[in-house]
Amino acid sequence: MTGLTFLIPIALGLGLLGLGAFFWAMRRGQFEDLDGAAQRILIDDEDDGEGQ
Amino acid sequence: MNAPATIDAAPPEKLLDSRFTVPGIRCAGCIARIERGLAKVDGVAAARVNFSSKRVAVRHDTQVSDAELVEAIARIGFEAQPVADNPLARDDRESKALLRALAVAGFGMMNIMLLSVSVWSGAGGVTRDLFHWLSALIALPVIAYAGRPFFASAAMALRHRRANMDVPISIGVLLATGLSVYETVTGGEHAYFDGAVMLLFFLLAGRALDAMMRNRTRAGIGALLSRMGKSATVLDETGTSSTLAAEDLEPGMLMLVAAGEALAADGVIEKGRTTLDNSMLTGESAPQPAGEGDAVHAGAINLGSPVRVCVTAAASDTALAEIARLMDEAGQSRSQYVRIADRASRLYAPAVHSLALLAFAGWMIAGAGWYQSLVIAIAVLIITCPCAMGLAVPAAQVVASGALAKRGLLVKDGSALERLAEVDVALFDKTGTLTRGEPIPAIDHLAPEQAVVALALARSSRHPLSKALANALDQRGVKAADVTELREVAGTGVSGLLDGIPVALERPTIASDALSTALRIGGQTVGIGFSDPLRSDAGEALAALQAHDISSRIISGDRAAPVESVATKLGIAAHAELLPEDKLALLEELKAAGHRPLMVGDGINDGPALAAAHASIAPGSASDASQQAADAVFLGSALMPVALAVRVARETMQIVRQNFVFAIIYNVFAVPLALAGMVTPLIAAVAMSLSSLVVVGNSLRLGKAAQ
Repeated sequence: MTGLTFLIPIALGLGLLGLGAFFWAMRRGQFEDLDGAAQRILIDDEDDGEGQ
Repeated sequence: MNAPATIDAAPPEKLLDSRFTVPGIRCAGCIARIERGLAKVDGVAAARVNFSSKRVAVRHDTQVSDAELVEAIARIGFEAQPVADNPLARDDRESKALLRALAVAGFGMMNIMLLSVSVWSGAGGVTRDLFHWLSALIALPVIAYAGRPFFASAAMALRHRRANMDVPISIGVLLATGLSVYETVTGGEHAYFDGAVMLLFFLLAGRALDAMMRNRTRAGIGALLSRMGKSATVLDETGTSSTLAAEDLEPGMLMLVAAGEALAADGVIEKGRTTLDNSMLTGESAPQPAGEGDAVHAGAINLGSPVRVCVTAAASDTALAEIARLMDEAGQSRSQYVRIADRASRLYAPAVHSLALLAFAGWMIAGAGWYQSLVIAIAVLIITCPCAMGLAVPAAQVVASGALAKRGLLVKDGSALERLAEVDVALFDKTGTLTRGEPIPAIDHLAPEQAVVALALARSSRHPLSKALANALDQRGVKAADVTELREVAGTGVSGLLDGIPVALERPTIASDALSTALRIGGQTVGIGFSDPLRSDAGEALAALQAHDISSRIISGDRAAPVESVATKLGIAAHAELLPEDKLALLEELKAAGHRPLMVGDGINDGPALAAAHASIAPGSASDASQQAADAVFLGSALMPVALAVRVARETMQIVRQNFVFAIIYNVFAVPLALAGMVTPLIAAVAMSLSSLVVVGNSLRLGKAAQ
């Protein structure tokens, strides 16, 4: 029984964390352009002479 | 590395956001070129391409106008159109609200299930009460938030004295929640929080799938009018010119139309000769000559030399505006279409309600007491409101449209698939639909030294035939000869000098029906013929449609002779020289005769017919307005996707019907249990997930349908 006082808040907290992360991602527009994200990986970096 | 290209703007000025739609974005290279190219434009702070919606968002200072940005994008090599505000915003907000509700319901369902499983496995006494209280604590806010779409829609339906699927859902969820709260407070044995939240979760999943599919549809009328010339140069009596917006033009005004400009109003040519690209209105790809006294229409593009046009009709009186109005009206009938899920719920909802009511009355009469009778009635409501019903349609349609998209056919929404499955007559436009819509030159007979000259001349002209010739020669790997003193005379052709010898690409001296041009080098002349070939698989696609008992015919705005020749080649009936109104009238006639016509067309002149048909498909090369009026768009040079769409749509409806049959069979078994008062929260939960899984699994079979 005492275990439950820890485990239930932990379970709920983790769930809320995931829910919060999803809401945050949606507000930040992470799902706006799903196809574009797949294409952008193919763009070559512009060669601006740095970090070589 | 792929952050939006930015330039440090030194003065902290007020920045504006503008959106442009750029349909030509097809690859990663396009994204990079547009973003980097725009970033180099003065006054542009950042540009970001949205690949999924084919849009570019540009952040710029107030010095840069939209027209300049369109020009800048054109220099990069893409056609762009400004978007006033985001027309997707409303649809987008709706699907986002559904996704949020789905996430909340998912969170609630998992946590309540966690507690419920321990109750089912025998937790008793204080533990059970504690868990019920915890469940109530989670479930009440979750149901209040995630249930809103259903409650709102049910309230709306009841206000109009109708019943839709959301009414039994809302009543079931609310009663189950109320009863569970009562159970929790009185320390009872069963709480149905898990069932209520799970029901919401599965139903929201179906709604979210549906909304995602619909997300890309847009209203067609705005884009159509944006194609019309927006402003015109007007001459007054004294000969001074001024620029007027299209809506300020009045009949009687004299406008000067430069080469390459779109006409802003209907009128009659007062002075000058030119060729006009009328393809937007008539769908005819060949440019048409026009001289003094000829009537011209808004939306036509002046390809030749400048002309003076006396305005006869402006703004909302033009032929183009008339087409827009026809489209708008024609689209009304389609919005009255009742989708299969709603048709099912019209029968289903009253049946469920009376069953629950009967259960309550029956047990009351049997002397079970109001509490037990209510529990049983609620159990009936929950169990007969299976998630399977909510998922039956969207799951199948989403899988089918995904499979079709892989084969180059983009279906706009679920209702489109339902209507596609019902068509029994197919009407095809000719130019651009049965044919490729672009003139293909015959260049096999050209000698290499002739080809190089032809390319040099063709490249310097904007005429559609020149462009087609230049493209074809480019693809052959021909290198252009060094032709100097290039000169283009409208209506005649292009001429130049090659090592002192006069060369020209000009209209043939012998007039003929077929499109052709003549290449002259010195005193030697060779003809180049053009044809607009049929799509290579047109015959097979029509045969495939015939195999589904769909007869085809051609309805075209083109002249009778070319239409007749295509019709004989394909062996189908044809109607030629039809105006947009005639096409519309023909469709209405078919509909009145009880047919369900499928319209396939590309031009704006097909727009009203596309909007009025039971279902419609447009090729990817079609005008924006036609693509938006159509239910589906097919890409590539093959016509087969049209036949494929009908086949897959019919298979989809078959799967949907199977799903419904399954849901009904499930009810036949579950309802007696519920009526007998034997449904516990555990049975309800298991039955619900199981039926949903079966429906989704059955729908997944459609993934192979398009192969």
